[in-house]
Amino acid sequence: MKKLNLTQLGNFSKSLTATVYHAQPRFTEEIVEIFDFARENGLKIAPRGAGRSYNDAALKGGGIVLDLSLLKCIQAWDSEKGILRAQPGLTLETLWQFILSDGWWPPVVSGTMKTTLGGCLGMNIHGKNNFKMGTIGEHILEFDAILPNGKEVTCSPKKNKDLFYSMISGMGMLGIFTSVTMQMKRVYSGLLHVKEWNVPNLESQIGALLRGAPENDYIVGWLDGVANGASLGRGQMHAANYLTKDEDADPDNTTRVAFQTLPDKFFGVVPKSKLHYLMGLGLNNLGVWGVNMAKYIVGHDKSYQQPHAAFHFLLDYVPDWEKSYGKYGLIQYQSFLPKETALDAWREILTLSQKRKLPTYLGVTKRHRPDNFLISHALDGFSLALDFKITKNNRAKLSEMVQDFDKIVLEAGGRFYFAKNSETLVETARAFLGAETVEKFRKLKKRCDPENLLYSDLYERVFAENV
Amino acid sequence: MTKSEQKLATSTPLSPKKHAILVGASSGIGAALAHRLADEGYQIALLARREEMLSTLTDEINSKHGEKRAIYYVHDVTNYDSVPELLPKIITDLGGLDTFIFNAGVAHMVGLKKYDFEKDRQTVEVNLLGALAWLNPVAERFQELKSGQIVGVSSVAGERGRVGNPAYNTSKAALSTYLEALRNRLDKLGVNVLTVKPGFVQTDMVKDAKKLFWVISPEQAAKDIYKAMQKGKQEIYTPARWRLVMFVVRNIPSFVFRKLTF
Repeated sequence: MKKLNLTQLGNFSKSLTATVYHAQPRFTEEIVEIFDFARENGLKIAPRGAGRSYNDAALKGGGIVLDLSLLKCIQAWDSEKGILRAQPGLTLETLWQFILSDGWWPPVVSGTMKTTLGGCLGMNIHGKNNFKMGTIGEHILEFDAILPNGKEVTCSPKKNKDLFYSMISGMGMLGIFTSVTMQMKRVYSGLLHVKEWNVPNLESQIGALLRGAPENDYIVGWLDGVANGASLGRGQMHAANYLTKDEDADPDNTTRVAFQTLPDKFFGVVPKSKLHYLMGLGLNNLGVWGVNMAKYIVGHDKSYQQPHAAFHFLLDYVPDWEKSYGKYGLIQYQSFLPKETALDAWREILTLSQKRKLPTYLGVTKRHRPDNFLISHALDGFSLALDFKITKNNRAKLSEMVQDFDKIVLEAGGRFYFAKNSETLVETARAFLGAETVEKFRKLKKRCDPENLLYSDLYERVFAENV
Repeated sequence: MTKSEQKLATSTPLSPKKHAILVGASSGIGAALAHRLADEGYQIALLARREEMLSTLTDEINSKHGEKRAIYYVHDVTNYDSVPELLPKIITDLGGLDTFIFNAGVAHMVGLKKYDFEKDRQTVEVNLLGALAWLNPVAERFQELKSGQIVGVSSVAGERGRVGNPAYNTSKAALSTYLEALRNRLDKLGVNVLTVKPGFVQTDMVKDAKKLFWVISPEQAAKDIYKAMQKGKQEIYTPARWRLVMFVVRNIPSFVFRKLTF
């Protein structure tokens, strides 16, 4: 094994860096060598895909970051059945580009295409179609993994069922995926029908998600976190539907990668690579108020067709968008609430953030349904993701506020997502997951990883053993 | 070696932690600096020979903040061979390394007309070789990382060779030169190297000394050092007026300096 060098790695939202030993295996056999190295040197390991989580999920300060991004081979592709087998470092970007011209699309994608399969499984990601297609785990037919206890396992919904439903969603803490087999979704066009309409307040936003979900393949809401009073929670909905067979006259054209590629310039003028500088100028309380107001006023009912990539990967539209939040980065606070309690809880949360003069610069709402995975964030309800800019002096205030948010969410029977929130405490995690789930996971951990070699900063924060 | 059973909290975006190693922590400037850094939110590994004092200091810091911010390791800086193993272990225990402070030092009084190789050797072994044993591997890591801060506590005593304590002057002069060389290697990579030159500080080191002036408390020295660390300075005198004094002293011609009695 090559010498491991100390390096600084960060997270997606540029809000955290850690000093780590960087290990980047090129062959699956090297994963075992890295386990041995960690064991011999008393080091802990955090697996890492593309490092796209908003928190400490892919970091282990003072330990090893096991970067799987070089294990990215597509091992098999059945274009008739839409079944793909690949290594864990394969990004969703390469994946959709590989399959789309054959008439397939990943059934579940994240808001950025830079994520890897391994990371997507570890966090059991969802998309704007969670209410319909569930999480990515529901489309995994089988996976192979290496466990720290030395065993190599193959898991599916029938084989090693307990590991299947816990390694997917298990934050990478039970073992390392080495091969993933996934069922893709048949599409008849590279385009989606998209509808866009304004909603005047939080109640209508939630109502739109509730009523819109059964009628659409995808639905997502943008929420203006600055609007208050009667307009609290107003925003804009986007719903999308697949084109049916024969609806697209030229699917060979629309399913080309070049057709999907996002434009290089914004408004035809500003190069996209420089856009984050421009956005940075508007990312302050006044700027966001202006932009939100304009977006809401200009927004009206419209429908159009849009390529899959443009609809899904908003975060990739502006390269390095996260840099526009400045040198301290941002946090994302996402809460999942049952449909019965969401309205009141989010009213309280949004009002609190405005009262404390820490308004959110971006809010996104989605519709969800529960799933069978062990560490689950989903429920029959909605999610609201809020971005907050970190400044030199607002950390303590923000920290206090998100802890207050946590109390509101817990009281309303809500849940949290470990790829997003960065400040969730161990007690909070235990409260929403339930003691039984936590114990079950720890038992599995003991079986797969008796020496606790896999131990990311996230795991230490939300699952610490001594609590 | 370590007495840190309970874990240090991990960094989060809203509660980022800086990690420091402080060698020579048990008393004087070291202990004051340990308190200061913990007050500023650092997580620190404290190293010194005297376990009882280290343990008390660590407990004081941790109970003051109601959370674990300090861990300690019993270590003699002349035990050079233990450093290559100890340094990575501490980095792992701390969860990273942003700042390294070398503050270990001894000043054996030999007497104006006395010569004592054993004492002189100890002085050089602690003040200089001990520093090299730590700073070399630390510099190598910061060079790799292209970030970090090294603080070396030298002394105004390193600026001229004086009649009172030749070996102490020599060890501190060499340390200052070594730190300057490190700075010239690392500054362009983004690593800050701060040389601290205290005057008289009320510590064990000067408890038997006479004719002291401008004596400051260790807390005052720690305050000055922390301020300089924050500003990324290259060199400070504490208290600051020593800069002017030492400018004069450095420039006294040798034929005059020979006639002086300090």
